[in-house]
Amino acid sequence: MSRPVRVRIRVDPVACDAYGYCAELLPERVTLDEWGYPMVDGTPVGPELVELATRAAAACPRRAVHLLGVPG
Amino acid sequence: MNSPTLDLPARLLGSRAEPAADLAGHLARHGALDVPRGHPGAWSRSVLEAVEAAGLRGRGGGGFPSARKWDTVRRASRRPLVVVNAMEGEPASAKDRVLLVHAPHLVLDGADVAAAAVGASEIVVCVADDRPAVATAVEVAVSERRRAGMSGPRITVQRPPGRYVTGEESALVGWLDRKLALPVFRPDKSRPLTVGRRPTLVHNAETLAQVALIARHGPEWFRRQGTPEAPGSTLVTVTGAVRSPGVLEVEFGVPVVDILRRAGVDAPLSAVLVGGYGGAWLDGAHLSTPYAPGPLAAAGVDLGVGVLVALADRSCGIAETARLSRYLAAESAGQCGPCVFGLPAIADDLERLAAGRADVGVLARIDRRAGEVVGRGACRHPDGAARLVRSALAVFGADARRHAEGRPCAGHTAPSVLTLPRPPDDRRGVR
Repeated sequence: MSRPVRVRIRVDPVACDAYGYCAELLPERVTLDEWGYPMVDGTPVGPELVELATRAAAACPRRAVHLLGVPG
Repeated sequence: MNSPTLDLPARLLGSRAEPAADLAGHLARHGALDVPRGHPGAWSRSVLEAVEAAGLRGRGGGGFPSARKWDTVRRASRRPLVVVNAMEGEPASAKDRVLLVHAPHLVLDGADVAAAAVGASEIVVCVADDRPAVATAVEVAVSERRRAGMSGPRITVQRPPGRYVTGEESALVGWLDRKLALPVFRPDKSRPLTVGRRPTLVHNAETLAQVALIARHGPEWFRRQGTPEAPGSTLVTVTGAVRSPGVLEVEFGVPVVDILRRAGVDAPLSAVLVGGYGGAWLDGAHLSTPYAPGPLAAAGVDLGVGVLVALADRSCGIAETARLSRYLAAESAGQCGPCVFGLPAIADDLERLAAGRADVGVLARIDRRAGEVVGRGACRHPDGAARLVRSALAVFGADARRHAEGRPCAGHTAPSVLTLPRPPDDRRGVR
Protein backbone atom coordinates (compact mmCIF):
# COMPACT_ATOMS: atom_id res chain seq x y z
CA MET A 1 0.00 0.00 0.00
CA SER A 2 1.34 3.40 -0.94
CA ARG A 3 1.58 6.15 1.62
CA PRO A 4 -1.72 8.05 1.73
CA VAL A 5 -1.48 11.54 0.29
CA ARG A 6 -4.71 12.59 1.99
CA VAL A 7 -5.65 12.07 5.61
CA ARG A 8 -8.71 12.61 7.72
CA ILE A 9 -8.20 14.08 11.20
CA ARG A 10 -10.12 12.49 14.06
CA VAL A 11 -9.80 13.52 17.71
CA ASP A 12 -10.29 10.85 20.36
CA PRO A 13 -12.63 12.84 22.65
CA VAL A 14 -12.02 10.50 25.60
CA ALA A 15 -8.26 11.03 25.49
CA CYS A 16 -8.42 14.75 24.69
CA ASP A 17 -7.75 17.08 27.63
CA ALA A 18 -7.99 20.39 25.77
CA TYR A 19 -4.27 21.20 25.61
CA GLY A 20 -5.06 22.99 22.35
CA TYR A 21 -1.74 22.39 20.58
CA CYS A 22 -3.57 20.94 17.56
CA ALA A 23 -5.45 24.20 16.98
CA GLU A 24 -2.22 26.15 17.33
CA LEU A 25 -0.35 23.96 14.86
CA LEU A 26 -3.16 23.43 12.37
CA PRO A 27 -5.51 26.42 12.55
CA GLU A 28 -6.53 25.69 8.95
CA ARG A 29 -8.51 22.70 10.19
CA VAL A 30 -8.84 22.91 13.96
CA THR A 31 -10.56 25.57 16.07
CA LEU A 32 -11.31 25.45 19.78
CA ASP A 33 -14.73 25.62 21.42
CA GLU A 34 -15.38 27.92 24.38
CA TRP A 35 -13.97 25.28 26.76
CA GLY A 36 -10.82 24.75 24.74
CA TYR A 37 -11.76 21.45 23.11
CA PRO A 38 -10.93 21.06 19.43
CA MET A 39 -13.52 21.28 16.68
CA VAL A 40 -12.12 19.56 13.62
CA ASP A 41 -13.06 20.03 10.01
CA GLY A 42 -13.60 16.38 9.09
CA THR A 43 -13.02 16.70 5.36
CA PRO A 44 -9.80 15.06 4.14
CA VAL A 45 -6.61 17.07 4.40
CA GLY A 46 -4.77 17.44 1.11
CA PRO A 47 -1.02 16.92 0.52
CA GLU A 48 -0.22 20.56 1.28
CA LEU A 49 -1.33 20.14 4.91
CA VAL A 50 -0.38 16.52 5.62
CA GLU A 51 2.95 17.46 7.16
CA LEU A 52 1.40 20.04 9.48
CA ALA A 53 -1.33 17.57 10.43
CA THR A 54 1.32 14.96 11.23
CA ARG A 55 3.13 17.50 13.41
CA ALA A 56 -0.12 18.40 15.21
CA ALA A 57 -0.80 14.73 15.91
CA ALA A 58 2.72 14.20 17.23
CA ALA A 59 2.52 17.27 19.45
CA CYS A 60 -0.60 16.14 21.32
CA PRO A 61 0.42 15.25 24.90
CA ARG A 62 -2.62 12.96 25.14
CA ARG A 63 -2.02 11.28 21.75
CA ALA A 64 -5.65 12.17 20.98
CA VAL A 65 -5.16 13.34 17.39
CA HIS A 66 -5.54 10.47 14.92
CA LEU A 67 -4.75 10.67 11.22
CA LEU A 68 -6.67 8.18 9.13
CA GLY A 69 -5.42 7.55 5.61
CA VAL A 70 -7.90 8.29 2.85
CA PRO A 71 -7.51 5.95 -0.14
CA GLY A 72 -7.20 7.44 -3.59
CA MET B 1 -51.01 -2.94 -1.11
CA ASN B 2 -53.23 -2.35 1.90
CA SER B 3 -52.46 0.66 4.02
CA PRO B 4 -50.98 -0.18 7.40
CA THR B 5 -53.41 -0.52 10.27
CA LEU B 6 -53.36 -1.41 13.93
CA ASP B 7 -55.65 -4.38 13.48
CA LEU B 8 -53.10 -6.99 12.48
CA PRO B 9 -52.06 -9.80 14.80
CA ALA B 10 -49.35 -8.84 17.28
CA ARG B 11 -46.54 -11.11 16.19
CA LEU B 12 -44.18 -10.53 19.08
CA LEU B 13 -46.49 -9.99 21.99
CA GLY B 14 -49.47 -12.06 20.79
CA SER B 15 -52.60 -11.75 22.84
CA ARG B 16 -52.07 -10.83 26.46
CA ALA B 17 -54.94 -13.21 27.24
CA GLU B 18 -52.84 -16.17 26.09
CA PRO B 19 -49.45 -15.68 27.68
CA ALA B 20 -46.52 -17.42 26.07
CA ALA B 21 -43.96 -16.64 28.73
CA ASP B 22 -43.36 -20.30 29.54
CA LEU B 23 -41.83 -22.76 27.12
CA ALA B 24 -45.02 -24.78 26.60
CA GLY B 25 -47.03 -21.65 25.77
CA HIS B 26 -44.25 -20.40 23.50
CA LEU B 27 -44.10 -23.67 21.55
CA ALA B 28 -47.89 -23.80 21.31
CA ARG B 29 -47.99 -20.34 19.79
CA HIS B 30 -44.91 -20.32 17.58
CA GLY B 31 -44.04 -23.99 17.04
CA ALA B 32 -40.60 -25.52 17.50
CA LEU B 33 -37.59 -23.97 15.80
CA ASP B 34 -35.01 -26.31 14.35
CA VAL B 35 -31.53 -24.80 14.57
CA PRO B 36 -28.89 -27.11 13.07
CA ARG B 37 -25.70 -27.58 15.13
CA GLY B 38 -22.18 -28.47 14.19
CA HIS B 39 -21.53 -27.61 10.56
CA PRO B 40 -24.11 -25.01 9.71
CA GLY B 41 -22.53 -23.72 6.47
CA ALA B 42 -25.51 -23.87 4.11
CA TRP B 43 -28.10 -23.24 6.82
CA SER B 44 -26.11 -20.29 8.14
CA ARG B 45 -26.05 -18.74 4.67
CA SER B 46 -29.75 -19.31 4.13
CA VAL B 47 -30.79 -17.73 7.43
CA LEU B 48 -28.48 -14.78 6.77
CA GLU B 49 -30.11 -14.35 3.37
CA ALA B 50 -33.58 -14.61 4.89
CA VAL B 51 -32.82 -11.86 7.43
CA GLU B 52 -31.34 -9.76 4.65
CA ALA B 53 -34.32 -10.36 2.34
CA ALA B 54 -36.70 -9.52 5.18
CA GLY B 55 -34.99 -6.12 5.41
CA LEU B 56 -34.70 -6.33 9.19
CA ARG B 57 -33.09 -3.34 10.84
CA GLY B 58 -31.92 -3.12 14.45
CA ARG B 59 -34.53 -2.00 16.96
CA GLY B 60 -32.15 -0.58 19.55
CA GLY B 61 -31.90 2.90 18.08
CA GLY B 62 -29.20 2.55 15.43
CA GLY B 63 -31.42 1.04 12.75
CA PHE B 64 -28.48 -0.79 11.21
CA PRO B 65 -29.28 -3.67 8.80
CA SER B 66 -29.11 -6.71 11.09
CA ALA B 67 -27.66 -9.19 8.58
CA ARG B 68 -24.70 -6.91 7.87
CA LYS B 69 -23.65 -7.10 11.53
CA TRP B 70 -23.40 -10.89 11.22
CA ASP B 71 -20.90 -10.60 8.38
CA THR B 72 -18.37 -8.65 10.46
CA VAL B 73 -18.10 -11.34 13.16
CA ARG B 74 -18.56 -14.39 10.93
CA ARG B 75 -15.20 -13.87 9.27
CA ALA B 76 -13.30 -13.58 12.55
CA SER B 77 -10.82 -16.29 13.56
CA ARG B 78 -12.07 -16.69 17.14
CA ARG B 79 -15.51 -17.97 18.10
CA PRO B 80 -17.85 -15.05 18.57
CA LEU B 81 -20.11 -14.21 21.46
CA VAL B 82 -23.73 -13.13 21.03
CA VAL B 83 -24.91 -10.38 23.38
CA VAL B 84 -28.62 -9.72 23.86
CA ASN B 85 -28.89 -6.03 24.71
CA ALA B 86 -31.90 -5.63 27.00
CA MET B 87 -30.41 -2.75 29.00
CA GLU B 88 -33.11 -0.32 27.89
CA GLY B 89 -31.51 2.69 29.56
CA GLU B 90 -33.96 5.03 27.85
CA PRO B 91 -36.33 6.01 30.68
CA ALA B 92 -39.38 6.35 28.40
CA SER B 93 -38.95 2.90 26.86
CA ALA B 94 -40.42 -0.32 28.23
CA LYS B 95 -40.58 -2.50 25.11
CA ASP B 96 -37.62 -4.77 25.80
CA ARG B 97 -38.72 -5.38 29.40
CA VAL B 98 -42.26 -6.17 28.30
CA LEU B 99 -40.97 -8.47 25.58
CA LEU B 100 -38.65 -10.38 27.91
CA VAL B 101 -41.34 -10.82 30.53
CA HIS B 102 -44.09 -11.83 28.06
CA ALA B 103 -42.07 -13.73 25.44
CA PRO B 104 -38.54 -14.49 26.68
CA HIS B 105 -38.25 -17.62 24.55
CA LEU B 106 -38.79 -15.67 21.34
CA VAL B 107 -35.79 -13.49 22.20
CA LEU B 108 -33.71 -16.52 23.20
CA ASP B 109 -34.69 -18.33 19.97
CA GLY B 110 -33.46 -15.32 18.01
CA ALA B 111 -30.19 -15.26 19.94
CA ASP B 112 -29.83 -18.98 19.25
CA VAL B 113 -30.36 -18.43 15.51
CA ALA B 114 -27.85 -15.57 15.43
CA ALA B 115 -25.34 -17.65 17.41
CA ALA B 116 -25.69 -20.61 15.04
CA ALA B 117 -25.43 -18.33 12.01
CA VAL B 118 -22.13 -16.80 13.14
CA GLY B 119 -20.74 -19.88 14.90
CA ALA B 120 -20.94 -18.37 18.39
CA SER B 121 -20.39 -20.64 21.37
CA GLU B 122 -22.02 -18.48 24.03
CA ILE B 123 -25.00 -16.15 24.51
CA VAL B 124 -25.04 -13.42 27.16
CA VAL B 125 -28.29 -11.64 28.00
CA CYS B 126 -27.65 -8.20 29.54
CA VAL B 127 -30.35 -6.82 31.83
CA ALA B 128 -29.76 -3.66 33.89
CA ASP B 129 -29.06 -4.29 37.58
CA ASP B 130 -32.12 -2.25 38.60
CA ARG B 131 -34.52 -4.61 36.76
CA PRO B 132 -34.49 -7.78 38.88
CA ALA B 133 -37.88 -9.04 37.64
CA VAL B 134 -36.71 -8.99 34.02
CA ALA B 135 -33.52 -10.87 34.87
CA THR B 136 -35.57 -13.46 36.75
CA ALA B 137 -37.91 -13.92 33.78
CA VAL B 138 -34.90 -14.64 31.55
CA GLU B 139 -33.27 -16.96 34.09
CA VAL B 140 -36.49 -18.95 34.45
CA ALA B 141 -36.74 -19.26 30.65
CA VAL B 142 -33.10 -20.36 30.39
CA SER B 143 -33.58 -23.09 32.99
CA GLU B 144 -36.79 -24.26 31.27
CA ARG B 145 -34.84 -24.71 28.04
CA ARG B 146 -32.11 -26.61 29.86
CA ARG B 147 -34.62 -28.91 31.58
CA ALA B 148 -36.40 -29.54 28.27
CA GLY B 149 -33.07 -30.69 26.84
CA MET B 150 -32.95 -27.99 24.17
CA SER B 151 -29.58 -27.86 22.46
CA GLY B 152 -27.70 -24.65 21.80
CA PRO B 153 -24.90 -22.56 23.24
CA ARG B 154 -24.66 -21.77 26.92
CA ILE B 155 -26.86 -18.81 27.91
CA THR B 156 -25.99 -16.62 30.88
CA VAL B 157 -27.58 -13.48 32.30
CA GLN B 158 -25.37 -10.51 33.20
CA ARG B 159 -26.40 -7.45 35.21
CA PRO B 160 -24.50 -4.31 34.17
CA PRO B 161 -25.29 -1.03 35.96
CA GLY B 162 -28.56 0.52 34.81
CA ARG B 163 -27.72 3.98 33.50
CA TYR B 164 -28.60 5.89 30.36
CA VAL B 165 -25.36 5.21 28.49
CA THR B 166 -24.47 1.74 29.80
CA GLY B 167 -26.57 0.07 27.09
CA GLU B 168 -24.57 1.80 24.36
CA GLU B 169 -22.92 -1.02 22.46
CA SER B 170 -19.27 -0.24 23.23
CA ALA B 171 -20.04 0.55 26.90
CA LEU B 172 -21.93 -2.71 27.27
CA VAL B 173 -19.19 -4.79 25.71
CA GLY B 174 -16.62 -2.82 27.75
CA TRP B 175 -18.43 -3.84 30.91
CA LEU B 176 -18.52 -7.51 29.87
CA ASP B 177 -14.84 -7.40 28.94
CA ARG B 178 -13.38 -5.44 31.84
CA LYS B 179 -16.23 -4.26 34.10
CA LEU B 180 -16.01 -0.72 32.77
CA ALA B 181 -19.37 0.47 31.42
CA LEU B 182 -18.12 3.46 29.43
CA PRO B 183 -18.50 4.21 25.72
CA VAL B 184 -15.29 3.69 23.77
CA PHE B 185 -13.86 5.87 21.00
CA ARG B 186 -13.91 3.73 17.85
CA PRO B 187 -12.33 5.35 14.82
CA ASP B 188 -13.10 2.24 12.77
CA LYS B 189 -16.59 0.89 13.46
CA SER B 190 -16.24 -1.96 11.00
CA ARG B 191 -13.94 -3.70 13.47
CA PRO B 192 -16.03 -5.80 15.86
CA LEU B 193 -16.05 -5.12 19.60
CA THR B 194 -14.40 -7.89 21.61
CA VAL B 195 -14.79 -9.66 24.93
CA GLY B 196 -11.60 -11.48 25.88
CA ARG B 197 -10.46 -11.03 22.25
CA ARG B 198 -13.59 -12.80 21.00
CA PRO B 199 -15.59 -10.80 18.44
CA THR B 200 -18.96 -9.81 19.85
CA LEU B 201 -22.28 -9.54 18.08
CA VAL B 202 -24.63 -7.22 19.97
CA HIS B 203 -28.33 -7.13 19.13
CA ASN B 204 -31.23 -5.41 20.81
CA ALA B 205 -33.71 -7.88 22.38
CA GLU B 206 -36.57 -6.95 20.02
CA THR B 207 -34.33 -7.36 16.98
CA LEU B 208 -33.61 -10.95 18.01
CA ALA B 209 -37.30 -11.72 18.57
CA GLN B 210 -37.86 -10.58 14.97
CA VAL B 211 -35.00 -12.86 13.85
CA ALA B 212 -36.77 -15.78 15.55
CA LEU B 213 -39.93 -15.05 13.55
CA ILE B 214 -38.05 -14.64 10.25
CA ALA B 215 -36.22 -17.95 10.85
CA ARG B 216 -39.59 -19.66 11.34
CA HIS B 217 -41.75 -18.02 8.70
CA GLY B 218 -39.39 -16.54 6.12
CA PRO B 219 -38.92 -13.06 4.63
CA GLU B 220 -42.11 -13.03 2.52
CA TRP B 221 -44.21 -13.59 5.62
CA PHE B 222 -42.25 -10.90 7.47
CA ARG B 223 -42.93 -8.40 4.71
CA ARG B 224 -46.68 -8.95 4.86
CA GLN B 225 -46.71 -6.25 7.52
CA GLY B 226 -45.15 -2.83 7.21
CA THR B 227 -44.07 -0.97 4.08
CA PRO B 228 -41.59 -2.03 1.37
CA GLU B 229 -39.00 0.36 2.86
CA ALA B 230 -39.80 -0.51 6.48
CA PRO B 231 -41.04 -4.09 6.58
CA GLY B 232 -42.54 -5.83 9.57
CA SER B 233 -44.00 -4.83 12.89
CA THR B 234 -42.33 -3.06 15.78
CA LEU B 235 -42.81 -2.30 19.44
CA VAL B 236 -43.64 1.24 20.51
CA THR B 237 -43.74 2.58 24.05
CA VAL B 238 -46.34 5.33 24.37
CA THR B 239 -46.30 7.63 27.40
CA GLY B 240 -47.12 11.22 28.34
CA ALA B 241 -50.59 12.69 27.93
CA VAL B 242 -52.36 9.39 27.17
CA ARG B 243 -54.85 7.43 29.26
CA SER B 244 -53.24 4.02 28.73
CA PRO B 245 -49.47 4.37 28.57
CA GLY B 246 -47.71 1.18 27.62
CA VAL B 247 -46.15 -0.92 24.90
CA LEU B 248 -47.96 -1.53 21.63
CA GLU B 249 -46.97 -3.63 18.67
CA VAL B 250 -47.62 -1.76 15.44
CA GLU B 251 -47.11 -2.31 11.76
CA PHE B 252 -44.60 0.12 10.24
CA GLY B 253 -46.34 2.82 8.22
CA VAL B 254 -49.36 3.30 10.47
CA PRO B 255 -50.03 7.02 11.12
CA VAL B 256 -48.52 8.26 14.39
CA VAL B 257 -51.92 9.61 15.42
CA ASP B 258 -53.47 6.12 15.21
CA ILE B 259 -50.88 4.78 17.66
CA LEU B 260 -51.58 7.68 20.02
CA ARG B 261 -55.34 7.09 19.77
CA ARG B 262 -54.83 3.43 20.61
CA ALA B 263 -53.04 4.55 23.79
CA GLY B 264 -55.93 6.92 24.55
CA VAL B 265 -54.96 10.51 23.79
CA ASP B 266 -56.80 12.55 26.40
CA ALA B 267 -56.15 16.13 25.28
CA PRO B 268 -55.21 18.13 22.18
CA LEU B 269 -51.49 17.64 21.62
CA SER B 270 -48.98 20.37 20.83
CA ALA B 271 -46.21 17.90 19.97
CA VAL B 272 -44.97 14.34 20.40
CA LEU B 273 -41.46 13.40 21.42
CA VAL B 274 -40.32 10.65 19.06
CA GLY B 275 -37.48 8.17 19.57
CA GLY B 276 -36.63 8.72 23.21
CA TYR B 277 -35.34 11.45 25.51
CA GLY B 278 -32.48 11.98 23.10
CA GLY B 279 -35.01 12.08 20.25
CA ALA B 280 -36.85 14.96 18.63
CA TRP B 281 -40.21 16.72 18.89
CA LEU B 282 -42.73 16.12 16.13
CA ASP B 283 -45.05 19.09 15.67
CA GLY B 284 -48.66 18.38 16.64
CA ALA B 285 -49.65 19.46 13.11
CA HIS B 286 -47.74 16.48 11.64
CA LEU B 287 -49.31 13.61 13.57
CA SER B 288 -50.60 11.94 10.42
CA THR B 289 -46.98 11.13 9.47
CA PRO B 290 -46.59 7.37 8.86
CA TYR B 291 -44.65 5.66 11.64
CA ALA B 292 -41.64 4.50 9.60
CA PRO B 293 -38.04 5.74 9.34
CA GLY B 294 -38.34 7.50 5.96
CA PRO B 295 -41.49 9.57 6.56
CA LEU B 296 -40.40 10.36 10.13
CA ALA B 297 -36.99 11.55 8.90
CA ALA B 298 -38.77 13.80 6.39
CA ALA B 299 -40.68 15.28 9.34
CA GLY B 300 -37.40 15.86 11.19
CA VAL B 301 -37.55 13.02 13.71
CA ASP B 302 -35.97 9.60 14.13
CA LEU B 303 -37.51 6.27 15.14
CA GLY B 304 -34.87 5.86 17.87
CA VAL B 305 -35.86 3.12 20.32
CA GLY B 306 -39.57 3.34 19.46
CA VAL B 307 -40.81 5.86 21.99
CA LEU B 308 -43.70 8.32 21.66
CA VAL B 309 -44.27 10.85 24.45
CA ALA B 310 -47.46 12.86 23.98
CA LEU B 311 -47.38 16.49 25.08
CA ALA B 312 -50.75 18.14 25.75
CA ASP B 313 -51.07 21.69 24.48
CA ARG B 314 -51.54 22.98 28.04
CA SER B 315 -47.96 21.82 28.81
CA CYS B 316 -44.91 23.95 28.10
CA GLY B 317 -42.58 22.33 25.58
CA ILE B 318 -39.70 24.57 26.64
CA ALA B 319 -40.02 23.62 30.32
CA GLU B 320 -40.27 19.91 29.44
CA THR B 321 -37.24 20.16 27.16
CA ALA B 322 -35.29 21.92 29.93
CA ARG B 323 -36.01 18.99 32.28
CA LEU B 324 -34.92 16.45 29.66
CA SER B 325 -31.85 18.47 28.85
CA ARG B 326 -30.81 18.55 32.51
CA TYR B 327 -31.39 14.81 32.80
CA LEU B 328 -29.30 14.08 29.70
CA ALA B 329 -26.50 16.37 30.94
CA ALA B 330 -26.40 14.46 34.23
CA GLU B 331 -26.37 11.13 32.40
CA SER B 332 -23.20 11.93 30.46
CA ALA B 333 -20.59 9.27 31.11
CA GLY B 334 -18.26 12.18 31.91
CA GLN B 335 -15.53 11.24 29.48
CA CYS B 336 -15.63 13.76 26.64
CA GLY B 337 -15.19 17.53 27.09
CA PRO B 338 -17.90 18.69 24.67
CA CYS B 339 -20.47 16.51 26.48
CA VAL B 340 -19.20 17.28 30.01
CA PHE B 341 -19.21 21.06 29.50
CA GLY B 342 -21.62 21.55 26.61
CA LEU B 343 -24.69 19.67 27.88
CA PRO B 344 -24.84 21.37 31.33
CA ALA B 345 -24.33 24.79 29.70
CA ILE B 346 -27.24 24.10 27.35
CA ALA B 347 -29.39 22.86 30.25
CA ASP B 348 -28.56 26.01 32.31
CA ASP B 349 -29.71 28.23 29.46
CA LEU B 350 -32.86 26.19 28.85
CA GLU B 351 -33.82 26.36 32.52
CA ARG B 352 -33.40 30.15 32.53
CA LEU B 353 -35.36 30.33 29.27
CA ALA B 354 -38.14 28.14 30.67
CA ALA B 355 -38.47 30.42 33.69
CA GLY B 356 -38.47 33.56 31.50
CA ARG B 357 -35.24 34.82 33.05
CA ALA B 358 -32.80 34.51 30.15
CA ASP B 359 -30.82 37.21 28.37
CA VAL B 360 -31.47 38.25 24.76
CA GLY B 361 -28.73 36.07 23.30
CA VAL B 362 -30.05 32.84 24.79
CA LEU B 363 -31.69 31.27 21.72
CA ALA B 364 -28.69 31.82 19.47
CA ARG B 365 -26.35 30.53 22.20
CA ILE B 366 -28.36 27.34 22.77
CA ASP B 367 -28.53 26.72 19.04
CA ARG B 368 -24.80 27.30 18.55
CA ARG B 369 -23.77 25.05 21.44
CA ALA B 370 -26.18 22.31 20.38
CA GLY B 371 -24.66 22.45 16.91
CA GLU B 372 -21.15 22.32 18.27
CA VAL B 373 -21.46 19.19 20.45
CA VAL B 374 -22.73 16.99 17.61
CA GLY B 375 -20.32 14.22 16.60
CA ARG B 376 -17.80 15.18 19.28
CA GLY B 377 -18.35 12.40 21.81
CA ALA B 378 -17.14 8.80 21.89
CA CYS B 379 -20.83 7.85 21.69
CA ARG B 380 -23.91 9.58 20.30
CA HIS B 381 -25.14 10.87 23.66
CA PRO B 382 -24.34 14.54 22.94
CA ASP B 383 -25.86 14.17 19.46
CA GLY B 384 -29.14 12.99 20.98
CA ALA B 385 -29.22 15.84 23.50
CA ALA B 386 -28.51 18.34 20.72
CA ARG B 387 -31.19 16.86 18.47
CA LEU B 388 -33.77 17.17 21.26
CA VAL B 389 -32.90 20.80 21.99
CA ARG B 390 -32.76 21.96 18.39
CA SER B 391 -36.09 20.29 17.62
CA ALA B 392 -37.61 22.09 20.63
CA LEU B 393 -36.40 25.45 19.34
CA ALA B 394 -37.96 24.65 15.96
CA VAL B 395 -41.28 23.11 17.06
CA PHE B 396 -41.84 25.44 20.02
CA GLY B 397 -40.20 28.38 18.24
CA ALA B 398 -42.95 30.93 18.96
CA ASP B 399 -43.05 29.86 22.63
CA ALA B 400 -39.25 30.03 22.84
CA ARG B 401 -39.24 33.62 21.58
CA ARG B 402 -41.90 34.65 24.11
CA HIS B 403 -39.93 32.96 26.90
CA ALA B 404 -36.81 34.80 25.74
CA GLU B 405 -38.73 38.08 26.00
CA GLY B 406 -39.59 37.26 29.61
CA ARG B 407 -43.11 36.04 28.89
CA PRO B 408 -43.10 32.29 29.63
CA CYS B 409 -46.09 30.04 28.78
CA ALA B 410 -48.78 29.59 31.39
CA GLY B 411 -47.86 25.90 31.55
CA HIS B 412 -44.20 26.37 32.46
CA THR B 413 -44.79 25.63 36.12
CA ALA B 414 -47.29 22.80 35.46
CA PRO B 415 -46.34 19.25 36.52
CA SER B 416 -44.21 17.37 33.99
CA VAL B 417 -45.64 14.56 31.86
CA LEU B 418 -42.19 13.01 31.69
CA THR B 419 -41.00 10.08 33.72
CA LEU B 420 -37.46 10.74 34.85
CA PRO B 421 -35.45 8.35 36.99
CA ARG B 422 -33.94 9.52 40.28
CA PRO B 423 -31.47 12.35 39.71
CA PRO B 424 -28.21 10.69 38.81
CA ASP B 425 -25.98 12.39 41.36
CA ASP B 426 -23.09 9.98 41.14
CA ARG B 427 -21.36 7.67 38.68
CA ARG B 428 -22.17 4.61 40.79
CA GLY B 429 -21.26 1.42 39.05
CA VAL B 430 -20.25 3.12 35.83
CA ARG B 431 -16.60 3.65 36.58
